[in-house]
Amino acid sequence: MARAAIQRRLNWHLAEVLDVVRETPRASSVVLDIPDWPGHLAGQHVDVRLTAEDGYQAQRSYSISSAPDEPRVTITVERLEDGEVSPYLTDELRTGDRLELRGPIGRWFVWDEEDGGPLLLIAGGSGVCPLMAMLRQRAANASRVPARLLYSARDLGAVIFRSELERLGTGGGLEVSLTLTREPSPDWTGYGRRVDAEMLADVAWPPERMAVTYVCGPTPFVETVAESLVALGQDAGRIRTERFGPTGG
Amino acid sequence: MDETGLRLDGNACGGLLQEVFVDDLTAATGACASCGAVGEIGRQHLYDFPDGPGAVLRCSACESVLIVIVRIGGGHRLSTPGLAWMDLRQHA
Amino acid sequence: MGFVSRGFRGRRREGESSRRLPTGQYLTGGFPVLSAGPTPHTPLAEWTFTITGEIDQPRRWSWEELQALPAESVTADIHCVTKWSKFDTAWRGVSVDTLLDGVETAAEYVMAFSDGGYTTNLPLDDVTGGRAWLAFEFDGQPLEPQHGGPVRLLVPHLYFWKSAKWVRGLRLMQDDAPGFWEGYGYHMYGDPWREQRYSGD
Repeated sequence: MARAAIQRRLNWHLAEVLDVVRETPRASSVVLDIPDWPGHLAGQHVDVRLTAEDGYQAQRSYSISSAPDEPRVTITVERLEDGEVSPYLTDELRTGDRLELRGPIGRWFVWDEEDGGPLLLIAGGSGVCPLMAMLRQRAANASRVPARLLYSARDLGAVIFRSELERLGTGGGLEVSLTLTREPSPDWTGYGRRVDAEMLADVAWPPERMAVTYVCGPTPFVETVAESLVALGQDAGRIRTERFGPTGG
Repeated sequence: MDETGLRLDGNACGGLLQEVFVDDLTAATGACASCGAVGEIGRQHLYDFPDGPGAVLRCSACESVLIVIVRIGGGHRLSTPGLAWMDLRQHA
Repeated sequence: MGFVSRGFRGRRREGESSRRLPTGQYLTGGFPVLSAGPTPHTPLAEWTFTITGEIDQPRRWSWEELQALPAESVTADIHCVTKWSKFDTAWRGVSVDTLLDGVETAAEYVMAFSDGGYTTNLPLDDVTGGRAWLAFEFDGQPLEPQHGGPVRLLVPHLYFWKSAKWVRGLRLMQDDAPGFWEGYGYHMYGDPWREQRYSGD
């Protein structure tokens, strides 16, 4: 599918909340009906703006987790402890509410079939959200691009889209590796530590495969991973990052 | 939390850039006037966004200031103190 | 009135006396970390503070020399141009008056300059008369790098962008000149009580 997201002036729209789905104790997916939505590319985000009665405003960006061909646009949000916007989206927002947003935004942290592969996706916490749009699109198009996801989460309960990833990761050329950074249970067979150079060396494609890589998550996570990949011989120009800031985003 | 926890990628201010330039700029390639490094706008280091006094985009190679955007009244002040050039392409 | 997000308040704290809050400000309980660039990490052994420019003999203090100067505790409300305010912040530092003691100059302005290249301009009057400090402690603890440590300028009567983090010196100037944010659109003076946020305000 060609890059169908048409360029036009970015205006704020009032989207209607169709559903708020609890994915994990801290993360929820907000399903939206957005008027005049032109479609999006996997990896893009929306800017969300909240306005209080006294005019106070706060604005944040959230990744679109739904695939471009899905009929509804979904953003998946992790609640930050002292967040300005995220607690409102995960805990207060309900079906029927309106949400002011604009998008889709960003043409640099995007992937579709034309970008080729093999595809390496590295997620820290809620950094999996834009990568999920890529994986959903890849699956919907029955793509043959080989793909690997390395997803770091606190514990199993914090793994967003866990059952869907399990399903996508069986056959279809996608390998999913999870690493749990809190003490995993003794019968856990995946990785059980923070992402490090050794783990990346396991998971990354050999440099000569010229993989396209997307890393997303908290800023320190992203920077450590990106630096390690370059140290392992991966081409920095083929690594794209989406830093979420101090914590999940 | 140290400073590396704060910065974002230029891609994160794509919405603000599109306010100013109308077209998306995150995939545009630019050159740093200070060190000459060439890279996409989306790849550069973004500070003071979204909650700071202005978006400060710094060269990911040398941290020189490339672009600063401040929202003033109903518009913006765009400063490009460190951008040598930028290639703008039409998208399909 | 435009669109209002049902049930949204944000992180703001309930205000106390609104007379303490300048127009357009909101009270915060936390201490937001905002930075225009990477945090510098100058080792204390290499750290110096310099007064330069319109002065016969530039003055310089090392970290030890600064610590040897009389310091005072300061409690102040601070106001960031990004609209958050924080009441009763507690600092410890050396008054800029102490550093300028005996300095003869025709300068009427200073440019504060910091590690990492940040600058901000102020009238000399506004960093003297007990209105400005070199602060190295916040809330009883050494000032953290993310908040401008080891030393930041503290000028609470102006918007907080004038309280330059990671400050390394003051350059005395005859004429006013814009610093970092002033050059990018912010007000040359920055009085929160006259809501002087942007140039032209």
